[in-house]
Amino acid sequence: MTRYVLGVDVGSTHTDAVIVDESGNFINGAKTITTPDVTTGIITSMRLVLEKSMVDRDEVAAVSFGTTHIINAIVQRRRLGRVGVIRIGAPATRSVEPGLDWPEDLRKAVIAGYTIVRGGHEYTGEHIVELDRDGVVKALNAFREMGVDAVAVTSVFSIVNPEHELFVKERALETIPEIPIVLSYEIGSVGLLERENATILNAAVLKVMQRAITALENALHELGLGHAKMFFAQNDGTVATVEYIARYPIFTVVAPISNSIRGAYVLTRIPNAIVVDTGGTTSNIGVLRRGYPREALEIEISGVRTNIRSPDVIAVGLAGGSIVKVSEGDISVGPESVGYRLIEEGIAWGGNTITATDIALAKGIMMIEDPRCRPELVKSKIDSALVDKVYEKMVKMLEDAIDRVKTSPEPETVILVGGGSAMWPQKLVGAREVIRPEFAQYANAVGAATALIGASVEKAFSYEATPREKAIDMVVDEAKKRAVEAGADPSTLDVAEVEEIAMPYLPGNAVKIRVKVIGKLKL
Amino acid sequence: MILSAHDIRDMALGAAILGAGGGGDPYIGMLMAIQAVEKGRKVELLDPDSADDSDFIVPVAMMGTPTVLIEKIPGGDEVIWVLRSIEKYYGREANYITQIEAGGVNSMIPIVAAAYTGKPLLNGDGMGRAFPELQMVTFHLIGVKATPMVLSDERGNSVVLDTIDNFWAERIARAITIKFGGSAYIAIYAMSGKDYKRGVVRYTPSVAMEIGRAIREAKRRGVNVFDAILDIVKGVILFRGKIIDVARFNLGGFARGEVTIEGFDDYRNSRMVVKFQNENLVAIRDGNVVATTPDIISILDIESAKPITTERLRYGLRVAVVGIPCDSKWRTEEGIRTVGPRYFGYDVDYVPIEVRIRGV
Repeated sequence: MTRYVLGVDVGSTHTDAVIVDESGNFINGAKTITTPDVTTGIITSMRLVLEKSMVDRDEVAAVSFGTTHIINAIVQRRRLGRVGVIRIGAPATRSVEPGLDWPEDLRKAVIAGYTIVRGGHEYTGEHIVELDRDGVVKALNAFREMGVDAVAVTSVFSIVNPEHELFVKERALETIPEIPIVLSYEIGSVGLLERENATILNAAVLKVMQRAITALENALHELGLGHAKMFFAQNDGTVATVEYIARYPIFTVVAPISNSIRGAYVLTRIPNAIVVDTGGTTSNIGVLRRGYPREALEIEISGVRTNIRSPDVIAVGLAGGSIVKVSEGDISVGPESVGYRLIEEGIAWGGNTITATDIALAKGIMMIEDPRCRPELVKSKIDSALVDKVYEKMVKMLEDAIDRVKTSPEPETVILVGGGSAMWPQKLVGAREVIRPEFAQYANAVGAATALIGASVEKAFSYEATPREKAIDMVVDEAKKRAVEAGADPSTLDVAEVEEIAMPYLPGNAVKIRVKVIGKLKL
Repeated sequence: MILSAHDIRDMALGAAILGAGGGGDPYIGMLMAIQAVEKGRKVELLDPDSADDSDFIVPVAMMGTPTVLIEKIPGGDEVIWVLRSIEKYYGREANYITQIEAGGVNSMIPIVAAAYTGKPLLNGDGMGRAFPELQMVTFHLIGVKATPMVLSDERGNSVVLDTIDNFWAERIARAITIKFGGSAYIAIYAMSGKDYKRGVVRYTPSVAMEIGRAIREAKRRGVNVFDAILDIVKGVILFRGKIIDVARFNLGGFARGEVTIEGFDDYRNSRMVVKFQNENLVAIRDGNVVATTPDIISILDIESAKPITTERLRYGLRVAVVGIPCDSKWRTEEGIRTVGPRYFGYDVDYVPIEVRIRGV
């Protein structure tokens, strides 16, 4: 029996679904319009691809979702949970109270109350002061009375020593077993406010994720896929099981960005390249390193600073639906876009808005198999010299963006993916070669379907107190444990990355160690 | 003038640009000061000449490790303790509080102290930028003693320090800071109004505020933020590109590092290396030195012009490197000896940035 994986990716304009076989070979794909509730679009795309591919539903072993449920809930402040916040750090840390710099509406929606209790650790792992155990219990009781949906706990230097956060969890299991607890040491890295923010946001979206999971589970049953295992794509280009993501939904917040970079690798098997993912509104340009998106920046989520890492990607408002404006010799392309209304408003479809797609059609670079699409309409409306000029400008914009992503002046392989990727030429300045693989329009969903299980753990040590080898082993062990929790087959675990970052200006060789472990899905 | 929340945000941002990569994270500094003026009293910023010769002026600051600060955020009381403690030691009340350096945190700590004690803040500092060591202060150049000084931690431990010179103050205070857990709050260079007016770098706080305001205005009007900044400080853009490597290492007991930036736009096919020790100290483009301490080298986000402190430098950031001339007090023989490139172990002569730029 062949075992298939169904992958779904939610984009701003389209939701895509693909079916791949166990070796990652593309079987079939389908696209539909993304719906405001996200879930409806996902279900439609799954139904479409199942119908098109005609695979036996019993043979679909897993379904993997790259979804925007979480980011949408935060941005739209919709159905967010009320969170009780415990910070362990007094007498330090009181000069900046939790949520101080959050947008006011988000703070009001999310933070039910907070308390700063005595405790926390120094960078050496020693206590700053003794933990105020009574204060912890008092806070938990108060939160229960308030009826909070979840509790978020952040202790100073918990990534060096999580002792105090673990104490809160232990007490919470006794006093408020029905309320979920999120500990910061499992979420973030050094930087108390950013880690605390990510932890609070994770707590606030637990219910959103649970609701999405229930809806998707029901949909799978209706589609005859009730037996399939569910996975969710994570921010770093890996996936994790539904049980794991139910606890750490914040790890999916920028996952769709990573999916297309990972998908570009699966479709080409080129491990190192620049990936350009062109959709309807934006092109995301990212870095593929050893088969995974290179991670870089810590992101702000809807006005809240976090230390959630996103892939090293820059977004430019230049894609299939980008609106072209020409006035007195001045040409502009994007960032406004007609989005999915391209097939109504684009010139080639009889509309009145010049889009980037129209220009690429008139250039003869792009072909669209749609009887309603007539490139000659563009040619009759815009003279070819202008078409050339606009196209030249679009390509220059893309080349400049690629240049900003590259890490060396040497030319690199550029992989073009995404629904709008056919608009680009086969040669680009700065590119050694330009590759647009077959099924490029489905790269993101392919990425979701073919990703491996992954878990990253970051901890801080002083090499004087803990010898280097032992410290690294400890983090690797922890990351392996997390990867298995996330759904990896223990016999396939592989350490993908060990990163050591010295923490400057401290004695005792203080370092941060970050380890990423990957493994195959346990199906 | 009375400082508003807007003024404080502007000052934290501008001071972090003047901080040359040091002086602490502007995000935490700004939040501390905003919370303090919300809970405490209004803070008044006054001209340095408001101080009488016989007045008692106390600079307050935080010293220690930036990585510790972003995790073990101050309690907020430490700075009041150091102030009270130094007043007790001298047996007189401070008339004014002032900044010792520009920088995201150290421009804000005195505002916290002012908000909780009601004392006014003087419009000046002891550097016009940030530096890593306690003797690197313009007051040191005119012979003011750093000690007696007070250090406190968040628990309430305090140490009064009296040393034979300012170099010893640095060595001993550094050791105490480590014992405190990597960060300490200090009252230092307590001095007369007469000395203050002679040694101060004037108007650093209001220049910082002006920079922050210009950035805010430029964004609102959709014009180039860098033009707005450079106009105010007579600075230049030294480079634009993407950070491709950050190396941090220990050398001769000092934690140092360097950041490598791959150029784009007009800087394509070119590389810049900026060497730092807490602050950015030397900028080298394709093997040629283009700026050195004490001139200010700042690394800013290429879109927002937000300053990136050295502990936050990392792969993937797209940045502009700007160079800003330092205060003339540093361009003396004694100034260069105290904070010039050779003090930090770089085998380069100090040449003012305006001269270097002209030579390129």
